[in-house]
Amino acid sequence: MSKQTIFLLRDTSLTQDKTRDFQILFLKVARDLGIEDSIQAVRASDLGIYDKGYVIKDLTNEVIYANLQESDIEKFLKATLMGEGSVDEFKYTPDKCQLRIVLRNCGVIDPESIDEYMAHEGYCALAKALTEMTPEKVIEEMKKSGLRGRGGAGFPTWMKWSFARNSLDETRFVVCNGDEGDPGAYMDRSILEGDPHAIVEGMILAGYAIGAQRGFFYIRAEYPLAIKRIEKAIAQAYERGLLGENILGSDFSYELEVRLGAGAFVCGEETALIESIEGKRGMPRSRPPFPADKGLWNHPTIINNVETLAAIAQIINRGGEWLARIGTEKSKGTKVFAITGKVKNSGLIEIPMGMTISEIVYGIAGGVLGGQKLMAVQTGGPSGGVIPEHLINTPVSYEHLAEVGSIMGSGGLIVMDEDDCMVDIPRFYLRFCVEESCGKCAPCRIGGYQMLKIIDRIAEGKGVEADLEKMKRIAEGMQKASLCALGQTAPNPVMSTMKYFAEEYRQHVQDKKCRAGKCTKMVQYSIDQAKCKKCKLCVVNCPVGAISGSREEGYVVDQVKCIKCGTCYEVCKFNAIVRK
Amino acid sequence: MITARINGITVKVPVGTTILEAAKKVQVKIPTLCAHPDLQSRSSCGICIVKAKGMNKMLRACCTPIEKDMDITTHDAEIVEIRRTVIELLLSKHPNECLTCTRNHTCELQQLAADFGILRESFPQIEPKVPYDDSTGAIAVDRRKCILCGRCVDVCQIMQNVWALSFLERGIDARVAPAGEITLEESPCIRCGQCSAHCPTGAIVEHDDTPKVWEALQNPNLHCVVQIAPAVRVAIGDILGYPSGTNLTRKLYAAFRRLGFDSVFDTNFGADVTIVEEGTEFVHRFTKEPDQLPLITSCCPAWVDFMEKYHHDVVPHFSSCKSPHQIVGALAKTFYAKKRRHDPEKIFVVSIMPCTAKKHEITRSKEMYSSGCQDVDIVITTRELARMIKQSGIDFDALVGEDADSVLGEYTGAGTIFGVTGGVMEAALRTAYYAITGGKLANIEFDNVRGFDGVKEGAIQVQGKTVKVAVAHGIGNVEYVLNRVVEAKRKGEEPPYHFIEVMACPGGCIGGGGQPYGITNEIRAARAAGLYEDDRDCAIRYSHENPSLKALYEEYIGEPLGNRAHSLFHTEYTTYSEYKR
Repeated sequence: MSKQTIFLLRDTSLTQDKTRDFQILFLKVARDLGIEDSIQAVRASDLGIYDKGYVIKDLTNEVIYANLQESDIEKFLKATLMGEGSVDEFKYTPDKCQLRIVLRNCGVIDPESIDEYMAHEGYCALAKALTEMTPEKVIEEMKKSGLRGRGGAGFPTWMKWSFARNSLDETRFVVCNGDEGDPGAYMDRSILEGDPHAIVEGMILAGYAIGAQRGFFYIRAEYPLAIKRIEKAIAQAYERGLLGENILGSDFSYELEVRLGAGAFVCGEETALIESIEGKRGMPRSRPPFPADKGLWNHPTIINNVETLAAIAQIINRGGEWLARIGTEKSKGTKVFAITGKVKNSGLIEIPMGMTISEIVYGIAGGVLGGQKLMAVQTGGPSGGVIPEHLINTPVSYEHLAEVGSIMGSGGLIVMDEDDCMVDIPRFYLRFCVEESCGKCAPCRIGGYQMLKIIDRIAEGKGVEADLEKMKRIAEGMQKASLCALGQTAPNPVMSTMKYFAEEYRQHVQDKKCRAGKCTKMVQYSIDQAKCKKCKLCVVNCPVGAISGSREEGYVVDQVKCIKCGTCYEVCKFNAIVRK
Repeated sequence: MITARINGITVKVPVGTTILEAAKKVQVKIPTLCAHPDLQSRSSCGICIVKAKGMNKMLRACCTPIEKDMDITTHDAEIVEIRRTVIELLLSKHPNECLTCTRNHTCELQQLAADFGILRESFPQIEPKVPYDDSTGAIAVDRRKCILCGRCVDVCQIMQNVWALSFLERGIDARVAPAGEITLEESPCIRCGQCSAHCPTGAIVEHDDTPKVWEALQNPNLHCVVQIAPAVRVAIGDILGYPSGTNLTRKLYAAFRRLGFDSVFDTNFGADVTIVEEGTEFVHRFTKEPDQLPLITSCCPAWVDFMEKYHHDVVPHFSSCKSPHQIVGALAKTFYAKKRRHDPEKIFVVSIMPCTAKKHEITRSKEMYSSGCQDVDIVITTRELARMIKQSGIDFDALVGEDADSVLGEYTGAGTIFGVTGGVMEAALRTAYYAITGGKLANIEFDNVRGFDGVKEGAIQVQGKTVKVAVAHGIGNVEYVLNRVVEAKRKGEEPPYHFIEVMACPGGCIGGGGQPYGITNEIRAARAAGLYEDDRDCAIRYSHENPSLKALYEEYIGEPLGNRAHSLFHTEYTTYSEYKR
């Protein structure tokens, strides 16, 4: 077979996905041109580009073409393969590029095929490490790369590894933390599902580096596909001699298995995760001793996040310096974000560290939905904070985000516009943490609950001035006296909104007003009779029949019946619904 | 050894010492709530936080080992303020019922709140709807008062290996309960009460039986009889203002009469009877039926409960002898009743025990009604007795000691050491040695069964034969001993022991679940010393030489293990297969 050109095809329109039809047509045109043997057209599940019509990526030269129509296929094939004409007008160069390192294979290869993974440099790093590198050299490469843990705290990966490596205890374990639980975050799931072998390879390399005998995947049970694919990848790796005794003929033997999380957010905390794998109730332990010193069954254990592990093989392949060239001084490499909220293109993106939030929101995500004004961006999920509009040019890095009072977190990025309430958003996160608190230590268990009660009161218009001080006091107690990061960081969303949106809190407490109308207890809907055209759209759409009246006498909202859902406000075409 | 600094003071401690322990060395008291010297800290309360120079996060002193050159600050304005916040948060989920709580004045949370001068409630009360559980009749669980320190869970799971208590639910709904939302009575709970002895608040307390005792004492138709267990006399002083281990036997006898008891007996007499019966049982097996060895002691009701639930395989090895207070109860309503012409139905027997499991024992099987009615009517713990004494207006300190009443009041040194781990074994060996050899021991004190090692093993030579013994205390330690027995049996080998003593509570009854709060190993040692001293002070130190006991056998019982002995002093065991592990 002669050399083939591989094209990745993807319908990036936001409303429908006709990639399959496009692929069939693409192959038909190729057949008609008699060049079907020299191409492969592969459907990609995600190219990190949105709302750009049909997109084709030429894998031979990595050039991307966007905004294509069905009718352009013939022209495209002639230009790219037969040298007739040009398709330069379709060439896609986004304002700010994503850089796909850990997501490089996601949507590109068949995740259930070890062969496809191997065709993409798969397990080359393992072979290289086992044949050319000592474990110390592997850690040295990690040190050069500057890679920091992607689970949230950003601890240097090499350091964790060398703690375990230098331990006197020779029974050691590696754990992949796949207990992703932040609301709205699915970075780890996508990698586990899209490129399971990369993580398996990362796990084996980590095991080799620290001298472990066993590794565990800890994946939440709510990710059945991820579990299935990792299990399949492990089985395939065993078949090929990449796991088990004397891997690739070396002295290194290593076993991998999967353990399932049972739905507790706190089990993403490494010591609680350890307890869970040991078969105990998932409650955090005190640190020190740190897991790298005394972890699973009191043996040295390193716990790395999925995204961290997905980067390992490429660092070994290309050398630590390669990764160190990407990113900022203290934050190297790329970071995957799940971008959601009020943006045009939501989805999974991978960007080099140092890109500003504004570049992400306006560049990659296409700006705020509906052209509304940006209010703030939330990073770090329930442990993070908000970054207000005026700090939107903050670069994404561990150090810069910390500076503005937020954290990198595991990669949730939620964009909020004027319709979002800065009391309601942190209230949601706090409720999440209160529900997920394991209940072990008092500051988190009771402090979180009391704080939630206070913010509930504020949102209901029953807050008093002293409540804000009380929340600060509880927050300090939680941050300083909680045992694990869940309790220590649970007050962050509230504290950071209180810092940046103090006026909004003041309005809630003093004026009993919610600017965004999200705190429904304080909102009242009424009808401006002057603007009302008596179209009855609100009457028809009200889910509880709270609007009544007649064309002659006009329509009114029954405040007792009204559940403040805001439907009337949204459906009215004449701005006749007044929200106060 | 490592050197570090605490509040500017240099401290030198062994590697692995916690910051809390190191601080004690330099006279710095860090407040704690969940930590307990018997348990490995689970760092749940967050009160012992301290600062270490150069570290962002505060550390928990109770579980963090101090490291070389650490510079620790235990008290500053910020730390104290955070501790106060945490205490106030705890108080917001703890009913404000101090005045009507069993633990008033002994509650560690109350003490902390007082120490921190918390004068008002900063946070609204959270009132959880959690079930009150008094199902066992021995231990009462009021979950509203629980601060989730986890001591009881660690006691139940690790120290006692019972696993009746665990954490359920999470967040604000987290609570301590048997798994599966069952009551404690339905759970594998053995009612040892160690949870209640370690609870810092009033969340787990003994079931209060004092009202029934008061009622009986005021009933002119009842003849009230009291007996006191060995371990109570050296422990109650902790509540009444005496140094730990002070022997208050004679003052207690006097106090009982002041309380209104008609007759004052001593469980130590029952202990002497137990030794004669159990010793005879052992000698019989050792000399005639060696395949029935080992013999395992059965005076601890929590241990009996544990065995009936978890260790069916050792049932044949259990001594059928009842526990001492049941023997005294049975005798009070037969021998004593007959002698003094009392109607057994009108005799009310109260046992003062260091134990909560005894509250259950008195109705556990039909053999506990051997006198024709319930042999022991009520059991109250040391803590309950102390409350009664305080309520009754007795100036205990000024009280002049008195003697027990005859018939069931005389005891020997062997009887009194029943209250400490190894004591039953030691007493039994003294009598067994005599039974086998007809002679007396050169050294009557068996040092290798004394002390607080979880499992103690020893051997004595009796007429050229070796008697191998094992003593375990703290139910968690029994597994090792029983596994050895079962293993040998399976392999058809000689049993590794001939005689095994088990007490459910660490230290034996002196550290029982019904004893005064604040137990530590130092206190256990002081109480043990008190009992060993009592033993040495006794003129007679062999159970079988107790004159009252001899008279009892001659007049009434006949031979040990004989018919009457069998019907009054022995019991049977039931196995509960639903708990089998």
